[in-house]
Amino acid sequence: MAAPDPNAPAVDIAAAMVTAPSTFADWLLILPVAVPLLTGAILVMVRHHTHLHRPLAGAGLAILLGLNLLLLQRVVTEGPVTMMMGGWLPPFGIAFTADVLGATFATTAAFAALVATATAGPSINTAERRYGFYPFLMLLMTGVTGAFLTGDIFNLYVWFEVLLISSFGLLVLGSEKRQIDGTVKYGILNLVATTLFLASVGLLYGTLGTLNMADIAAKARAAGPEAPLVTIAALLTFAFAMKAAAFPLNFWLPASYHTPTPTVSALFAGLLTKVGVYALLKVGVLLLGNQTGAFSSVLVVVAGSTMVIGALGALAGSDLRRILGWLVISGIGSMLIGVAVGTPTALTGSIFYAVQSMLVMTALYLAAGVIEARCGTGDLRRLGGLYAVSPLFAGVVLVLFFAVAGLPPFSGFWPKAILVEATLAADLPWLAAAVLVAGFLQTLAVGRVWLYAFWRGGPEGTPDGTLQLAGIGRIEDPADRIALVGPVVVLAGAVVLMGLVPTVVGGLAEDSARGLIDPAGFTARVLGATAP
Amino acid sequence: METALSVLVGLFLATAFYLMLSKKIIRILLGVAVMGNGVNLLIFTSGRLTRELPPIIATDAYVLPPGAANALPQALILTAIVISFSFFAFLLVLAFRAYQDLGTDDTDAMRFAEPVVDDGPPQGY
Repeated sequence: MAAPDPNAPAVDIAAAMVTAPSTFADWLLILPVAVPLLTGAILVMVRHHTHLHRPLAGAGLAILLGLNLLLLQRVVTEGPVTMMMGGWLPPFGIAFTADVLGATFATTAAFAALVATATAGPSINTAERRYGFYPFLMLLMTGVTGAFLTGDIFNLYVWFEVLLISSFGLLVLGSEKRQIDGTVKYGILNLVATTLFLASVGLLYGTLGTLNMADIAAKARAAGPEAPLVTIAALLTFAFAMKAAAFPLNFWLPASYHTPTPTVSALFAGLLTKVGVYALLKVGVLLLGNQTGAFSSVLVVVAGSTMVIGALGALAGSDLRRILGWLVISGIGSMLIGVAVGTPTALTGSIFYAVQSMLVMTALYLAAGVIEARCGTGDLRRLGGLYAVSPLFAGVVLVLFFAVAGLPPFSGFWPKAILVEATLAADLPWLAAAVLVAGFLQTLAVGRVWLYAFWRGGPEGTPDGTLQLAGIGRIEDPADRIALVGPVVVLAGAVVLMGLVPTVVGGLAEDSARGLIDPAGFTARVLGATAP
Repeated sequence: METALSVLVGLFLATAFYLMLSKKIIRILLGVAVMGNGVNLLIFTSGRLTRELPPIIATDAYVLPPGAANALPQALILTAIVISFSFFAFLLVLAFRAYQDLGTDDTDAMRFAEPVVDDGPPQGY
């Protein structure tokens, strides 16, 4: 190569770089990732001062929720917001792009995490704090938020890995035998899934020559359902379905989600599988919608069987948190309908379901934590009589159970009604029947749990009509009681509100669905003048 | 050149999946490591293979000369190597700890999280 010529014309920076400085308002896009990352770093630095962890993490999560709300408000009014890292002109460089879908999911995730973390005071002991519960939590939130807000598919892979390694740490925190066992299965299967995701990103780059999501969306729509892209779409769907725990790739979830402390279980159930669903929606509909359509009949079967098998698993279980794990899986089936059917109505239903499921599943795992704290077990054989001891708590749990089963007027009803309407409109009566059958089985499963744990007079062997409440303890410290039960009540309140006023979340879901179906707005915003 | 490397990628992945079908954790982990390397090679192959033309833009041009090496896949692979190495290290320690605590490296015998229950479902409302 020749030495630089001093007489060469000055390089025109504007041909390759964004020269206009970013406004402060644009920083809103990157702050939801930067804040938890910084908080996590600070928490690692002060890891020996465990009394500082809780206020720091609480403040970090509260700021995160505030920022996400601001971002959501901006995205709803202005459309997708984008920012290029390093100032490279798109499609080069790493883009951060928030659309309504990502901002809605990020906001809900931050809310669920903030509320769930309130229970960490009594339920995470000092040893677990020393091992780094709060730093892991903040890094998990960094990964989750990053995955929701990134506009670059390789960057999505990196955020997946960030949240995955933090979730390993959280899962194995107590070093109990069953936690190690659960983490081995969770770790290996999730690592295989992300490696497959990485492989398909490599193939996608080899085929389209770009990693920017908007650019991929534009080029893949132009390409149509042809051989290499359909294979890549199938591989990506496989990888994300594994992360989302869709049948038949679901078995790692009920093997691991019940092993950590209830707070960690609740966070995982609320956030992690939803990241898989989000990736499926984004990649399967927005990016490769044309290509995923080629195997939508397979996805229909996967969605239907995930719903029904999840509900059957819940019906067959006898451990409280493992039953909840199966209910998570059953819900994943409902969220896959959007990807399988691909109409705006179905996507609206799926996104609505995902948002409410984040809150309901977090609340249910926290409620299971309360039950385990009081009774010392989550085994249905040894539970009973909780209604006689605390009828109010029993009522709150019943509300959550109705919400997860999709009974009106709670939050699960509306998305399921939309999904039935959408599947019938798409001429898929069997899928509509699967939604209803799964709902019926879920109702049976949660009714069974409620009858055993709350309604009957005591553990197995208690004669009818008598009460045997000796096994049920109290949470002595009133502050602990508020910290453990309060979040369940707050989330149940949100669930009731969402059921009574479905228009807010429904509207956001409709906006998101519209953005997914027609990528023109998304690509135009990201690629700007360079769009074809 | 691409064809030869594609075949090699296929061999890597086939080995990896064969190893991962084993019941022994250590074989599964070896499979995961081989799979990571296979995928890295796949990214390398899919990003165009050329010889002896480094990706340097001349002062009077805005784009690379045609046929120049592609630097991006190498950046991707570097990221993927760092991540997969750290994951592999974590999983190795986890497997060793599992072997110490659970006394087995056979996945069939690891039933601590999902114990085999003989006494049937709960009965009696």
